[in-house]
Amino acid sequence: MSAVFARLIASRLFWPIVMLLVLFAINLIAFPGFFAITIKDGHLFGSLIDILRNGAPTLIIAVGMTLVIATRGIDLSVGAVCAISGAVACSIILGSPDPANGATVAVAVTVALAISLVLGVWNGFLVAVLGIQPIIATLILMTAGRGMAMLITEGQILTVNSPPFKAMGSGFWFGVPIAVIIAAVVFAVAALLTRRTALGMLIESVGINPEASRQAGVRARGLLFAVYTFCAFCAAIAGLILTANQTAADANNTGLFLELDAILAVVIGGTSLAGGRYSLAGTLVGALVIQTLVTTVYTVGIPPIATMVFKAAVVAAVCLLQSPTTNQALAGFRRRLALRAGKGIAAS
Amino acid sequence: MKKLIGLAAAGALIVGLAGCASGGSGGGAAEGPVPLDELVVGFAQVGAESGWRTANTKDIQASFEEAGIELKFSDAQQKQENQIKAIRSYIQQGVDYIAFSPVVETGWDAVLNEAKAAGIPVVLTDRAVDSQDDSLYVSFLGSDFIEEGKKAGQWVLDEYADATEKVNIVQLEGTTGAAPAIDRAEGFAEVIAENENLEVIASQTGDFTRAGGKQVMEAMLKSNPDIDLVYAHNDDMGLGAIEAIEAAGLVPGEDIKIVTVDAVKDGMQALADGKINFIVECSPLLGKQLVDIITTLNEGGTVEKRIITEETTFTQEQAIEALPDRQY
Repeated sequence: MSAVFARLIASRLFWPIVMLLVLFAINLIAFPGFFAITIKDGHLFGSLIDILRNGAPTLIIAVGMTLVIATRGIDLSVGAVCAISGAVACSIILGSPDPANGATVAVAVTVALAISLVLGVWNGFLVAVLGIQPIIATLILMTAGRGMAMLITEGQILTVNSPPFKAMGSGFWFGVPIAVIIAAVVFAVAALLTRRTALGMLIESVGINPEASRQAGVRARGLLFAVYTFCAFCAAIAGLILTANQTAADANNTGLFLELDAILAVVIGGTSLAGGRYSLAGTLVGALVIQTLVTTVYTVGIPPIATMVFKAAVVAAVCLLQSPTTNQALAGFRRRLALRAGKGIAAS
Repeated sequence: MKKLIGLAAAGALIVGLAGCASGGSGGGAAEGPVPLDELVVGFAQVGAESGWRTANTKDIQASFEEAGIELKFSDAQQKQENQIKAIRSYIQQGVDYIAFSPVVETGWDAVLNEAKAAGIPVVLTDRAVDSQDDSLYVSFLGSDFIEEGKKAGQWVLDEYADATEKVNIVQLEGTTGAAPAIDRAEGFAEVIAENENLEVIASQTGDFTRAGGKQVMEAMLKSNPDIDLVYAHNDDMGLGAIEAIEAAGLVPGEDIKIVTVDAVKDGMQALADGKINFIVECSPLLGKQLVDIITTLNEGGTVEKRIITEETTFTQEQAIEALPDRQY
């Protein structure tokens, strides 16, 4: 029994999941109907559905970010890529004679995603070929990208009135939010591609020791290109969802600081920024913790001035509980307890 | 002599200083009316961070072109240091007047003293500076955010004048700490306090964005089932709230009434469609009033230290009328 419990605590996912449950409990106390899910106008409706739907963009980016971080990299440009993809899609839809046409939206989405591939290749080029440190390399696109989005929208907020596009962000398919379905597909594809093949292990090996993996015959350069391109692609999907959700391309605010949320989700999920072993399931829990945190602030009615402090306290708690030093201290404490109990038994 | 008194009354110590400087190159202000086509005005803009700001820039540029006054324009990209550099370069070029929208409230004394020493009158637009020395600028032209909050509150007060039950109001605040967010909340709270049935049951920041307004509203709709009215500090958050209300199976404008501030085009469209009930205007179109201030000063007249932008309010009927001519 205690062995099972010990293994559970040792799991990297234990503390993030505990934190998620604690947040759920806080919500439940503040608002008893928190877990209620009803059907309204033929779709699911409830706080948990909101958390899943609003957390979908963060999760999608965090999946890409997990793979980048596993190679000992980081991608700061995802927020800017969000803004660019939204700006591109909206300007194409606005420029077409028939914005409500499904084909127009398909073209807009395809072009936006294609551009993100180019942006991802650019990041990959800077990191893999020129050998620039990832934080600096992606900082370039983080700064320049938002400027590019501003140029595309000419500094305006572009509002589009296109039902098929809007559906990406706030529509439902068989009662389930489309954004959630998209996130699930991205997650499943990433998990299958990297965990059912050797790809995941190769990515980890690049993160642990690039030189050793190169000498062992792993094509580090190609892998780096792949993860940065995939990350930008994820960012573009998230950008389209965010833009569709607000039915407007806002070059200034779309995806602002989202890179930090995504990195945080990855870290809460137990993947180390030093690269190597990564956990996609952990990232999923991390993204849910972040979004639940946001919802908690609104549900509990924490005053806006205190919001940042509250969020920081929760994040600090998760990080503290996860840190190896804390874990060791806790384990030592438990051992002493067990020892004392054991002595007690022996003496009697 | 008349013009000297005029300028002194305008609250600027410029007169004496400009007199000293008049031997030099710049400082045309004290040398009698300059023909309009020889006037040079330097304008330092905040940036292009919102649709509102872009409309503001376009209007100022168009107004000066129409008046035939040369306008030197700079964009500070939301950075104070850029704006200070721009103002210094205007001083060196010896422009006749400087107008600017300060990015932040503090830290302007040094550069404004330089302008004062060079005898160049400064007009603030849209945003104020926080300085002990109000002789540093001639006039501040902009909206009164408290008044905007009061106008919104007044509509709510009138709308629910006969209410016998409690009216549940939720407030979507602007960016925490921003002057418009603080003042619009203050003005609103002051007016609705007259009727004790009106109560703000929840208030959260939506950061002036649509996505923010939508997410906050979604959560509020779940934890507070009987919301009667939403007061959003700008149109964008109101538009986000509309989406959240529709997703909850309610009708915005009927089941839950919405009052916002700004009157940008998308907001006006929603008002005309009946999804918003009332909008208080916060106009970016202050180019014409700025030209008036400068021509008045140029002719030696006096201007008020604080000039409120000409603004109105819109009901749904007025929005349908005004919408075709809306510029922004």
